Amino acid sequence: MQGSIDVTQSAVSHHEAHPDLRTIGLLTFLISESLMFGALFATYLYLKGSAAQWLPEGTEVELLVPSINTIILISSSFVIHKGDTAIKKNDVKGLRLWYGVTALMGAIFLGGQIYEYLSLGYGLTTNIFANCFYMMTGFHGLHVLIGLLLILGVIWRSRREGHYSKSKHTGVEMAEIYWHFVDVIWIILFTLVYILTAF
Amino acid sequence: MTQADEKQQIAIDATMQSSEHQAWKWYQYFTFNTDHKVIGIQYLVTAFFFYLIGGLMAVAVRMELATPDPDLLDPSLYNAFMTNHGTIMIFLWIVPSAIGGFGNFLIPLMVGARDMAFPKLNAIAFWLNPLAGGLLLLSFLFGGSQSGWTAYPPLSQVTAPIAQSIWILMIALVGTSSILGSLNFVVTILWMKVPSMRWDQLPLFCWAILATSVLALLSTPVLTIGLVLLLFDINFGTSFYKPDAGGNVVLYQHLFWFYSHPAVYLMILPIFGIMSEVIPVHARKPIFGYKAIAYSSLAICLVGLFVWVHHMFTSGTPGWMRMFFTISTLLVAVPTGVKIFGWVATLWAGKIRYTSAMLFAIGLLSMFVMGGLGGVTLGTAPFDLHVHDTYYVVGHFHYVLFGGSVFGIYSGIYHWFPKMTGKLLNEPLGRVHFGLTFIGTHLTFLPMHYLGLQGMPRRVAMYDPQFQSVNQLCTIGAFILGASVIPFTINIVWSWIKGVPAGDNPWNALTLEWTTSSPPLIENWEELPVVTHSPYEYGRDRIKADSVATQAG
Repeated sequence: MQGSIDVTQSAVSHHEAHPDLRTIGLLTFLISESLMFGALFATYLYLKGSAAQWLPEGTEVELLVPSINTIILISSSFVIHKGDTAIKKNDVKGLRLWYGVTALMGAIFLGGQIYEYLSLGYGLTTNIFANCFYMMTGFHGLHVLIGLLLILGVIWRSRREGHYSKSKHTGVEMAEIYWHFVDVIWIILFTLVYILTAF
Repeated sequence: MTQADEKQQIAIDATMQSSEHQAWKWYQYFTFNTDHKVIGIQYLVTAFFFYLIGGLMAVAVRMELATPDPDLLDPSLYNAFMTNHGTIMIFLWIVPSAIGGFGNFLIPLMVGARDMAFPKLNAIAFWLNPLAGGLLLLSFLFGGSQSGWTAYPPLSQVTAPIAQSIWILMIALVGTSSILGSLNFVVTILWMKVPSMRWDQLPLFCWAILATSVLALLSTPVLTIGLVLLLFDINFGTSFYKPDAGGNVVLYQHLFWFYSHPAVYLMILPIFGIMSEVIPVHARKPIFGYKAIAYSSLAICLVGLFVWVHHMFTSGTPGWMRMFFTISTLLVAVPTGVKIFGWVATLWAGKIRYTSAMLFAIGLLSMFVMGGLGGVTLGTAPFDLHVHDTYYVVGHFHYVLFGGSVFGIYSGIYHWFPKMTGKLLNEPLGRVHFGLTFIGTHLTFLPMHYLGLQGMPRRVAMYDPQFQSVNQLCTIGAFILGASVIPFTINIVWSWIKGVPAGDNPWNALTLEWTTSSPPLIENWEELPVVTHSPYEYGRDRIKADSVATQAG
């Protein structure tokens, strides 16, 4: 993602500078992306609404691991912001530290999700709830993975002296925005699939 | 940064040094090129190629329908042609040419930018299209998808599963392309306008593309999810759309039409934009109601998101939904009518030049009104219940998509070809093309309304013998339409190679793309233009003279 943008900049920078639009581009993209989750949520509610019994007989959601996961993911949004604050003070070490912690938390989240999948006792095709459950959490997990790769990309790039600085850190900000997006989606997903089915 | 880009960058630098006026070499149009003008032309040419393929499929379908029995094509091949004709025309011809083609070529030129906001993303978005088209052709090795372009389950779950899966991947690719392109348009139009241009000096084509892009950004992801769920149902044992296992087929229809109704506006809004550019230039008059036309694009975009259920009046839809969506559907006719009124009022007492571009624009106006009136009847639930899935529907949407969108694309090509290539198109050939297309369209699609009202179902290779004579009329019309492409193709190829040089501004138009050379320089202008007037102040001196005369009189 970032590589493409560097080219963008060089291709149009012959004459006049134009403002950096990458963040705006990402936000526009995320609006579109959120509609994908919107469609999944709508699908879930539609099928739930037309089912005689929800959850289907013998199916239960696990609560403990996902709740811990939720706490980790929400906390990581604050951690990643500390990294952003650090680079705004020209503190590359702080950036690397906090982004490293965020990456770790993201990896723990994914690990927790895999553990949950393995211990649930039902699979993708078991019943209509399981269909929805795995599609939604799986699609979200894919986004966590992408966010994680973006963060690792930032850490990798920051090894070069002066790649990110107080005045030049759009890539850092974009990774942070994406991570917040993944976080917000999870909160909605967790509410729909876990909290509203448990009570 | 890949090697290709570095090479390209070097190429740009070299060109800039040697001469500002140097253009791309012909073979650079076949490479991964980030120039928005090259990408625009790549979109148009690729889309036209698929248009020819989709057109041949249509001719084959019409030949089959010349007789009531399924005797020419194997019925499953008929289904595959019918399905892929629709898919190609929508996803590989109209959408990529109207939005990708004209949008990419014109938007930066019209707003006074040197390129799109994200040129590399733009090139990626284009190259997804040939890939998708290749996949679609590949699917014919597996029988071709046969469940119609709507791919409703359960039919799509049981016929030609491999071809259907390839079809889904193909739609996902063009959908991704459309999202990437749209985000580029939104950012470019909103943030890269040349500073001297006020918002009310933004050409109407830009407003139209802005509305289109917002619509694509909001609706395409929903279709993608709907199709991904279908893909899982076909291949991975889920049951989202399988009623016997707790799924729901109507759910698919909601997800599908939440995109695919707005897709109708994706295909017509850019065309409305083309109309708003072509008509004032060739009528030599300021556009009537600039603000009304600009806002009506946004209104269509907004209302268009809430009409999708009118495709589902016969899907067990509850009464309140039928009522709500009938009302919202009829509401769309209002902003559309505003535009039509604006164009007619622009033509009124103009010094009309009957160029090929203008002929197609006026042809569009008449056809779209007919298609639109058909749409109003279909949007009304009580009527729709009777003609749903009959040829009345086929007749209606071909009037808006062929008589509307395709006429608009033709009009745009005749209008901007001189800017894109630096050559004028041959006008007499253009007139022949228009005449054949106009007659062919009416002959093919007008009788279909009658067939539908008589109860002939769509999408089936065989039909009741009583409909044969009218069907043969349609088939003759289809042959004329097929033939109409020949003078056009000859015209394009001949003029591109040997045409008369066009000069910078052959139509005396006022939008910014005409202020640079034809074809434009690689970065569009040596120095960015300064906007001093609205883009539609045609005949201003004459108008002044008139008003003075009136006062004196």
